[in-house]
Amino acid sequence: MRGVVQSLAAVGRKLLTRKYTAGYPEVKPELPARYRARIVLTRDPDGQERCVACNLCAVACPVDCIDVVKAETEDGRWYPETFRINFARCIFCGYCEEACPTQAIQLTPDFETADYERSSLVYDKDDLLIAGEGKQAGYTYWAVAGKAIAGKDKGEAQGEAPPTDLRDLCP
Amino acid sequence: MSKVRLTIDGIAREVEAGQDLLSASLGLGVEVPHFCWHAALGSVGACRLCAVRIHDGPDDDEGRIEMACMTPVAEGQRVELADPEAAEMRARVIEWLMVNHPHDCAVCEEGGACHLQDMTVATGHHRRRFRFEKRTHRNQDLGPLLTHEMNRCIACYRCTRFYRGYAGGRDLDVFGAHDRAYFGRYEDGPLESPFAGNLAEVCPTGVFNDKGWSEHYARKWDMAATPAICTQCSVGCNLFAAERGGRVRRVQNRYHGAINGHFICDRGRFGALHVAEARLDHPRIGGAPADAETTRAAVQEALAKGAVGIGSPRASLETNAALRRLVGAERFFAGVGEAEARAVGRMAGWLAKGRGASLKQMEAADAVLVLGEDLTGTAPRAALALRQTARGAADALAAEKGVPAWLDNAARVAGEGRRPPVALVTPMTDALDDVATWALRRPPEEVAAFGQAVAAALRGEAAEEAAREVAEALKAAERPLVIAGFGTGRGDAVEAAGAVAEALGEHARLALFPPEANSLGLALAGAEGLEGAVAALEHGRAGTAVIAEVDLVERADPRLVERLFAAAETVIALDSAETRTTARADIVLPVADWSEAAGTLVNHEGRAQRSFAAVSGGRPAGWRVLAGLMAVRPGWDTLDAMLDALARDLPQLAPAKETAPGAAFRLPLGQVARAPWRMSGRTAQDLAGRVPEGTPPADDDAALAFSMEGAQGADAPPALRTSYGVPGWHSASAAPFLTDGPDGPMAGDDPGVSVLPGFTAPAPLAEHAPRGAGLAPLPLHEPFSGDELGRRAQRLAQRCPAPVIALHPDDAAEIGLADGQRVAVDGGEAVPLTLDPAVPKGHVAATAGRLLPRGGGHRAIVEAAE
Ligand code: SF4
Ligand code: SF4
Ligand code: SF4
Ligand code: SF4
Ligand code: FES
Repeated sequence: MRGVVQSLAAVGRKLLTRKYTAGYPEVKPELPARYRARIVLTRDPDGQERCVACNLCAVACPVDCIDVVKAETEDGRWYPETFRINFARCIFCGYCEEACPTQAIQLTPDFETADYERSSLVYDKDDLLIAGEGKQAGYTYWAVAGKAIAGKDKGEAQGEAPPTDLRDLCP
Repeated sequence: MSKVRLTIDGIAREVEAGQDLLSASLGLGVEVPHFCWHAALGSVGACRLCAVRIHDGPDDDEGRIEMACMTPVAEGQRVELADPEAAEMRARVIEWLMVNHPHDCAVCEEGGACHLQDMTVATGHHRRRFRFEKRTHRNQDLGPLLTHEMNRCIACYRCTRFYRGYAGGRDLDVFGAHDRAYFGRYEDGPLESPFAGNLAEVCPTGVFNDKGWSEHYARKWDMAATPAICTQCSVGCNLFAAERGGRVRRVQNRYHGAINGHFICDRGRFGALHVAEARLDHPRIGGAPADAETTRAAVQEALAKGAVGIGSPRASLETNAALRRLVGAERFFAGVGEAEARAVGRMAGWLAKGRGASLKQMEAADAVLVLGEDLTGTAPRAALALRQTARGAADALAAEKGVPAWLDNAARVAGEGRRPPVALVTPMTDALDDVATWALRRPPEEVAAFGQAVAAALRGEAAEEAAREVAEALKAAERPLVIAGFGTGRGDAVEAAGAVAEALGEHARLALFPPEANSLGLALAGAEGLEGAVAALEHGRAGTAVIAEVDLVERADPRLVERLFAAAETVIALDSAETRTTARADIVLPVADWSEAAGTLVNHEGRAQRSFAAVSGGRPAGWRVLAGLMAVRPGWDTLDAMLDALARDLPQLAPAKETAPGAAFRLPLGQVARAPWRMSGRTAQDLAGRVPEGTPPADDDAALAFSMEGAQGADAPPALRTSYGVPGWHSASAAPFLTDGPDGPMAGDDPGVSVLPGFTAPAPLAEHAPRGAGLAPLPLHEPFSGDELGRRAQRLAQRCPAPVIALHPDDAAEIGLADGQRVAVDGGEAVPLTLDPAVPKGHVAATAGRLLPRGGGHRAIVEAAE
């Protein structure tokens, strides 16, 4: 008897506290930018694809739901020929974002990815690639890495001296 | 060998005396970081990464920092790898080496299997403190096989030490001074050495990499690796075939202590990737695609007319045995001329006497006689072994002076360049001439005579001067070696080699090189030459010829091949790719290539070795297709059942079953996994719009899983090893952890079993001279060109020289042919004629296989082509 009264009192007290229930889906939640949901591929400040198909996100992924296939342009730039994420498996842990050396892969606050068809949860590059830089503005991997590509010759990356002259015998 | 006792990080250890501390540590599984040391190249102390603290004995409290690779192991030594000062030094060394590094791991093929990455992680360096500019280099175009990105170099000198010192190459060197040391060629262009591909594994960084792999790239952790055997020559090098998405993307060396060690040749490495070219995917009748049922009916009808089976020196033992069963033992022949079949049978006979030398034993020889064989062209890895033999005398002299061979630079100086006696008796200039004491040129028909003269001189009979000199050198040696093969298309050199070995005595060894990956297996199965098959067809004892995985045009006299096609009512050809034989066959049946099926091959030593399917769901193995053609289906559903049948039919080959554990073999973790644990994308790979369900494909023929489920690395028995599997060591530099001594056998023993014991050889041919009229054939072998399949590999094909027909100027004048004129041999492909006084008179030298069958036993007619 005493237990029942106590329970009723506990429930009753809740009637007087502030309501936290959100009216979702009518009312959309305000989520911080670092919230981890739907994944996108971003672009460099110059609008070029950021991802270099290094596969680090794929190997960091604990559920192995990222498939990346490397291809290379004439001038030596690596890019993903295939970039596929199976969101039916993704656990939104964010490891891919942490592993990415180019800041290409980023998680966004858009969590509304539910679907009735599992197959429509497999996202390809077209579905993932967005127009902007996302959370990491201003970073360009190719400006740092030494591999030469069109528009950035050897010796033109950050902190690089011009290429050596092998016939120079000076110390 | 004596032992010494020492302690490493406080643990008492006992190791073999006479080695360096780094080798000893790695052998014990102690992970001493290193760069410039290489198991096959020894120590030079260039990189300073292997610093450890060494105390000379219990009383030496302070000790000193030393390079483990430059310090011999000694009794009572106390070694501290974990010493803070030593660890600090190693971290600083890495930091210096990374000062100019381009920081481009993300776009570096080496990434994930990079020794530099591994060592950097191991020493804890992770943040760049150096604030000044990075030195940069321009790269070179090194041809179709290798990439070049010099900025990743750490100047360990492994590349030049391998390329120049080990492989005898001339066109790769170090240039520049100061911190600008540059490893490359004098100018852009393909690396000339047929062993250049090894640079991709020798270089601990991403400077050199496999260009084809880069084009169809997958990280090492993303590829499933399968133990395979090279099919491009009789050496039988062990390979890792790395696959992803059903495509073999890269082939790498798989350590085998007695055969390939740490290196393979480019023909094997890049030739194996022919699998995508000119594939046969559908059965064909009379040139038109046919369905399985119609084909089976047509084949049954043809077989009812009585059939001869023509086996292949490049197909597995299983396929040859299945064909033999299909047609009957007395109607089973080899797809090569009788001269070759007999010569290989004779080789098996000589080797069965227990004199056979593995490549490893070749390297230990102290006097060598090569009879007629252009090893660099016919068995490239064996030529590389012979280059090491040639260093033996210098190492021995250095050892006399107290300098161990592992102290590489010092041993080279102390060895004074001394060479053991090496006699090369070949028809044409030879790539090994630079290590020969006697580079003797003899036309093919005189090579055996020279060998017999040496044997006579050894028996104390009269002989020509040169033969006497060679005989004396061989006699004085402790481990003399005689090498021969079928490279000249004549079998008499084999007999001469045998005679020399017998005259020398029990201690003499023989290294005999048959032409192909399973030539010896075919000979042990008792197959006689193609002549027998043609006779059976011509005499009406059979109406159909079943040709299993062999292009006859490459191997046998064209006249004989014509007679076969004329006499056979129906020709059924099985192969994995279109050849000149399948193009003419009435019925064509597609079968698996090396990457799609398991099979056993017998190498030049008589060692049976198992190769496994690198991709799943490929075309059926030759033996499976043949089993399907039998009127009464035999009970061979698995490779193990097939091997049982083979053992019953051919008791000689029964040990082949023991080559590797059967498909039912299980370890505590189950099967052996092909895929690494970190393989990515499993739940997304190749799934445009699909979500994967279901289980990975099963392999009926091996205890190997097409997934990551199962045992990895050293847990697997050597024949089933899919990786070296040393945590933290992802590159080929992990191999020394799995070997007994840096260059010794694999822990758990090297795979393969001998199938030679008890073999009785056929009698030698009475007559070795080519028949008929015309010029005597002299097949030219070429290191970059393997068989009709291997030559197709796209990138390797760019390195194969154009086919050649060469005549002595006098012969050309006599026939009335001029330099550069388009000519053909026996009506074959026309090419511009080369006049070369080095070609022995009365001979036509032409590219083996493509223009001149390699063992036709028939003279050739050279004519101007229209
Ligand atoms: S880690 Fe980044 S750059 Fe690398 S493949 Fe993934 S998204 Fe691309
Ligand atoms: S060589 Fe190794 S460390 Fe250097 S970029 Fe390539 S993977 Fe990274
Ligand atoms: S190219 Fe590679 S093997 Fe050669 S010195 Fe540089 S890092 Fe060493
Ligand atoms: S072709 Fe011969 S030497 Fe070269 S890798 Fe293959 S088996 Fe070895
Ligand atoms: S490995 Fe010892 S100094 Fe380089």
